[in-house]
Amino acid sequence: MSLFFTIFALAACLGAVAVVISQSVVRMAFWLIVSLGSVAGLFFLADADFIGAAQLLIYVGGTLVLLVFGIMLTASGPYMKIPASPGETVVAGLIGVMFLSMVFATLPTNDDWEQSPNYIAETVTPEFADSSEGNTLRPLGFALLGVRPDVGQDGAGYLLPFEIASVHLLVVLIGAAYLARAKRRQDNA
Amino acid sequence: MLHDPDLNSYLFIGAVLFVCGVICMATKRNAIGVLMGVELVLNGANVNFVAFSRYTTLGLDGQIFSLFVIVLAAAEAAVALAIVLNFYNNHLTVDVDRGNKLKG
Repeated sequence: MSLFFTIFALAACLGAVAVVISQSVVRMAFWLIVSLGSVAGLFFLADADFIGAAQLLIYVGGTLVLLVFGIMLTASGPYMKIPASPGETVVAGLIGVMFLSMVFATLPTNDDWEQSPNYIAETVTPEFADSSEGNTLRPLGFALLGVRPDVGQDGAGYLLPFEIASVHLLVVLIGAAYLARAKRRQDNA
Repeated sequence: MLHDPDLNSYLFIGAVLFVCGVICMATKRNAIGVLMGVELVLNGANVNFVAFSRYTTLGLDGQIFSLFVIVLAAAEAAVALAIVLNFYNNHLTVDVDRGNKLKG
């Protein structure tokens, strides 16, 4: 399993770096698909089976296809590349390395995080949600309804965020359809 | 290199994804390239959520939040793409450096 983790981790990280380095936006879309697919693989390895499936369905199969359609509709020539000057590339690389080292400096301080080997499988009865067997769907569904059987009476239900996200999606649907409508040409009679 | 993954490994990956996304947002001149940077940033955050859900006492809350992040990222990508299409209709290019009409 750690071999798969290494493969998916390398694909995700190198794909992300390739997105930054690529000059053509179509190549960037390809490397982004590679990276996000590998992130879905990482989700499966971390016992988040529903999140991994949702990532593949919604992100790779929906959002990235939408981005590719956007690239197609806004293409401005077969060999059009918007180049960056070398000075900008060096500065961007330096800033990236500094930012990454700053983020890495916070990583080893894991005394504050209450780590436990398999918390989800321990708090819920194994028949209900043994996440290592891919049973996170039912507790997730219950949590979105506001019931938290894994945490008990004091658990936070997620019914209100669910409803807010539904209304948000409706607003986004109407807004995007309005923004991208076909404009009527004004005929001056 | 081939040891069992623990929390730090996942956080490492999330950090790399996040930094690549930020650099992509900052340096790309194509507007859709900027959108790809935003997707990378959100995926870095999702990796963090799922890692903490698996390896700490955060539990199922991490996975629920990553579900909401995926949904909101898809919604934001749709609206941002509609804006980019409008920009293209007005300027016939998606070069973000050409959007300087408000320059004082």
